[in-house]
Amino acid sequence: MWRDALLVAGKDLRIERRSRVTTNQVAPFAVVVLVLFAFALDPDRGVLTRAAAGLFWVAVLFCAVLAVQRSFTVEAADGARDGLRLSGIDPAGVFLGKAGAVAVQLVALEALLTAGVVLLYGADLKGGAVLLATCVTATVGLAAAGTVYGVLSAGLRVRETLLPLLLLPVAAPVLLSATRAWEVALGTGGGGDGAAPWLRLLVVFAVVYVAFGVVAFGALLEEA
Amino acid sequence: MKGTASTATRVLGFSALVTLVGTVVLGLWTTPPDVVQGELVRFIYIHPPVATMGEVAFGVTALASALYLWPRTRARRWDLLAGVSAEVGVVFAALTLVTGSIWGRPTWGVWWTWDARLTATALLLALFLGYLALRRVPGEPASRATRSAIGGLVAAVDVPIVHYSVNWWRTLHQGSTLFRRKPLIHGVQLEAMLLGFVAFALLYAWLVVHRYRVEEMATEIEDRGFEAALAERRAEAGEVLVEAAR
Repeated sequence: MWRDALLVAGKDLRIERRSRVTTNQVAPFAVVVLVLFAFALDPDRGVLTRAAAGLFWVAVLFCAVLAVQRSFTVEAADGARDGLRLSGIDPAGVFLGKAGAVAVQLVALEALLTAGVVLLYGADLKGGAVLLATCVTATVGLAAAGTVYGVLSAGLRVRETLLPLLLLPVAAPVLLSATRAWEVALGTGGGGDGAAPWLRLLVVFAVVYVAFGVVAFGALLEEA
Repeated sequence: MKGTASTATRVLGFSALVTLVGTVVLGLWTTPPDVVQGELVRFIYIHPPVATMGEVAFGVTALASALYLWPRTRARRWDLLAGVSAEVGVVFAALTLVTGSIWGRPTWGVWWTWDARLTATALLLALFLGYLALRRVPGEPASRATRSAIGGLVAAVDVPIVHYSVNWWRTLHQGSTLFRRKPLIHGVQLEAMLLGFVAFALLYAWLVVHRYRVEEMATEIEDRGFEAALAERRAEAGEVLVEAAR
């Protein structure tokens, strides 16, 4: 399973490296979103700095939708999905591979967005460990849930509009938890019990959706 | 002409109507206004029952989806039940938000507040609107059913996570200062509220049964249309053969 996952992830990342869709389209889109937030809110730095954590994670969520969309568009052409089905690769491996590739791209985008909120919003990066742990757990959860919904809507004619409707409400707890954890780390939130409960929730979300994907992906790949 | 009603559903529908009228009479006239909330307390006879039935409806959808996916219990009826229950559930969840808003405006002074329950209900509604959108995508029935069932379960798995996250969100930061505990309820008020629960449970059942039968008939029409088209093609082919033989 793990070897298959590495194969699939390697294939997806190789496609991304050659097609440069993530670097040439999704990454600039992420930056544009950050700039748009500055227009929407008072560019008075106070507001943006205080809201930086939330805006960062909303931007990540949008990027996740695009990355998942892209991850299944590459399978749509030339009967690639049939090839994947017939290749004898373990469906759980396909799931882990595709989710892994999405996660790697998301981490790269998060690094870019972090630089963005520091430069554009004047966010002060404190509590690096919490920030990093939040990024890792939230990304795993987003990539797993996104991949489940990606294959669910793959092959449907309305997938571009259906995926955001399905994925965004499900990912709402990730947005909520990751934002709170970041706020605690950055010192812009109300403190409360600290970041630990939020991180735990993110871990639960990630575990639940990774497990769900590993179990259900075979059936979904058959139906797609 | 075949309808969706039978004696049993007529009895069910009639009981739903009677209990609803009973709830209205008790709720609007028999029960006294509340000391704190005044006339607004009358919302308690419909709002909690509607909200509860909305949650029950989504529970039924999740359960039916699981039963459909379980190989031993896989049957078309579970798929249909999951779908129709979600449809009714969406209506009930929307009504929950509407009645809650109408009550919240005079009580809290706002139509909407980011209270844990309100937020969770709104997210639940969004999750199941997505589920219904997924169901409405045309496709081969069997694969559509599997897809919908998995979609329903993915959404259902999210419900407890949503619940915890919004609860912590609103309670870690500030106590629910707006959400006052409902006045202790007893006597005729309690009876009105319980009757409300019975009424909306009956209404839910009645709606689901009828909606289910409509779905069944739609499938039947599809099948019949297919058979008719097949018979026509066969007849055409037969004519051609007869002519060729001549």
